[in-house]
Amino acid sequence: MQDLLYFIQQLINGLTIGSAYALIAIGYTMVYGIIGMINFAHGEVYMIGAYTALITITGLATLGVAWLPLVLLIALICAVIVASSMGWAVERIAYRPVRGRHRLIPLISAIGMSIFLQNYVHLAQGSRNMGFPLLIEGGFRFGAEDSFQTSISYMQITIFITTLICMTALSLFIARSRTGRACRAVSQDLGMSNLLGIDTNKIIAATFVIGAALAAVAGLLLGMYYGSIDPLFGFIAGLKAFTAAVLGGIGSIPGAMLGGLILGVSESMTSGYLSGEYKDVVSFGLLILILLFKPTGLLGKPEVEKI
Amino acid sequence: MATHNIKHALFSAIITLIISAPILGLDLESAGTELKLTGASTSTLVSIVLAAIVVFLFQTFRDSIMGALGQMPKLNRFADREPMPQEKRLKLENIFLIVLVAGALLWPFIASRGSVDLATLVLIYVMLALGLNVVVGLAGLLDLGYVAFYAVGAYTFALLSQYFGVSFWVALPTGALIAALFGFLLGFPVLRLRGDYLAIVTLGFGEIIRILLNNWTSLTGGPNGIGGIPDPTLFGMEFGRRVKEEGNISFHDFFGIAYDSTHKIIFLYLIALVLALVTFLIIRRLMKMPVGRSWEALREDEIAARSLGLSRTGVKLSAFTIGAFFAGFAGTVFASKQGFISPESFVFLESAIILAIVVLGGMGSQFGVILAAVAVTVLPELAREFSEYRMLIFGAAMVLMMVWRPQGLMPMRRIHIILKKQE
Repeated sequence: MQDLLYFIQQLINGLTIGSAYALIAIGYTMVYGIIGMINFAHGEVYMIGAYTALITITGLATLGVAWLPLVLLIALICAVIVASSMGWAVERIAYRPVRGRHRLIPLISAIGMSIFLQNYVHLAQGSRNMGFPLLIEGGFRFGAEDSFQTSISYMQITIFITTLICMTALSLFIARSRTGRACRAVSQDLGMSNLLGIDTNKIIAATFVIGAALAAVAGLLLGMYYGSIDPLFGFIAGLKAFTAAVLGGIGSIPGAMLGGLILGVSESMTSGYLSGEYKDVVSFGLLILILLFKPTGLLGKPEVEKI
Repeated sequence: MATHNIKHALFSAIITLIISAPILGLDLESAGTELKLTGASTSTLVSIVLAAIVVFLFQTFRDSIMGALGQMPKLNRFADREPMPQEKRLKLENIFLIVLVAGALLWPFIASRGSVDLATLVLIYVMLALGLNVVVGLAGLLDLGYVAFYAVGAYTFALLSQYFGVSFWVALPTGALIAALFGFLLGFPVLRLRGDYLAIVTLGFGEIIRILLNNWTSLTGGPNGIGGIPDPTLFGMEFGRRVKEEGNISFHDFFGIAYDSTHKIIFLYLIALVLALVTFLIIRRLMKMPVGRSWEALREDEIAARSLGLSRTGVKLSAFTIGAFFAGFAGTVFASKQGFISPESFVFLESAIILAIVVLGGMGSQFGVILAAVAVTVLPELAREFSEYRMLIFGAAMVLMMVWRPQGLMPMRRIHIILKKQE
């Protein structure tokens, strides 16, 4: 019974982290699906989202706004606005001018942008980590009083529900709306959709904005869940999310979801049963294994080599 | 001017405000357990507004500014010139190389101690960048975890000297070979992957190596690193004030001169210079051999190269292994120079810097890479007063370089034919 409860606890922790990873992974997978580049600066956009949320929450506390749902809503909106503007600007400045060149060029540009943004926040806000207040406290507990108890905090439930809402909204948007349809068309064939009168520049910009907005949501949630943020906190999270995107099959949105969850669970299982220090080794090892045996990822479409 | 321009300019200016105002304009301060929010100084606020105005003006008059820039005479009139014949070029290159080496040999006798030390570091980066140039520039394999092989080389030396008392000259080939072995073992399965996947797998591998070094405390000392790595010796002569190992004599005793700590630094510099030169010459030779030709062939067109009978895995693996070999080389020299290594020296940023050197220099071009290695290592040292902004400028420079001059400072040129446009 004990073991089972412990296992369930790890599973819950893993699913929580995993669903947040999935939110970040969407940004990678959509951008890769459309223009075939790795947006290295995405992790930094996520970090900026988290910083904006923290600034907003602190600002509201200074102003004396204390009603929790309102605080969270305003923080969320501010984070999303700033991060999406950042996503738009990054695309406009660093990616659009180099689009279509040798595939190393946009990648280097992206790495440069990532270094720039890290140091921008580092210079503006300092390198020390900032405590993120845990606004949603408490939770449920299961199991006997005197032994190990499985707990689900309200924070974890919030992360679940928010991710679920975002993912549903995104799927509906991609499947139903006009822009979503254009997005799918552009990801299938950029040149052809251009010929058919789709403003591909706008669609690509929209992809970056959507990805950045979801990353900002993840930034608020994970910042609060971990309890502290610093300017480097986007980098590893970005790597993990990218791993998740590749795991699920890059370019596929349900794949990003699945990849995020698998990655989150395998990480928390490693920290739970082996050692917390090696969880990154396990997730990158998993990535290497998946790529070796199924290079297109779990849900990705096999790519036909054209001559 | 069109209303479209003004609309776009206004939009851009607003975006500028949105992305800079909250992060730059408001300062978070942790006071005890509480967080406080303070406004930034007036000058920061003014500059945010100024930045938005500049963006607005630039976007409004974008067409005329860009038009004026386009009409400027070409800065480099030789850009479109045909590359010179192979033999003449080779001769010129050799002369240039000899001048470069002669200058480098004189350097320690005219420069200060600190600049010789810096020059050693530059040479280590030259070695690293030349090695990565094989992988990225010639074979076209994107390796984002190159620093892992550098770390393997450095740690091989450190561990061998700590546990078995191995000297620099034994560790140098050993470290390089073990790094090459790692490259071979990693390359064998992953080189089937397409470009971007390869980039991510190598990135993951680099992180795995770093995390292992950081956490395997019993062997590597974890974050504390390994110290007391011995200096290289010259035919059994040591450069310390006192001889550490029995049977050795010290350099200053042998020649009967006074002890001077700069001897050691100059000696290390000369070793690095010789090794960098060896790296350069070996790779230059390889580039002209069939294996080097097949690297480039595979980079240019994989399908065509394979249909001509090149083994994809074999060719890629050779490039990957050779690249790793030279990283191991550089790692050993680095360990010896620092005398102390820790996982902190082998982070992803280091890989990014080496990659930036290769791309900045012009992929595939050896002289370009050397030039870029010097620029990337020395410029930040010169700009010490801006040291806070160093990485910020570095990142911005990477982006701007890719936008304006993606082919690098000295791109590799091949004789080619351009069809003339019909009148």
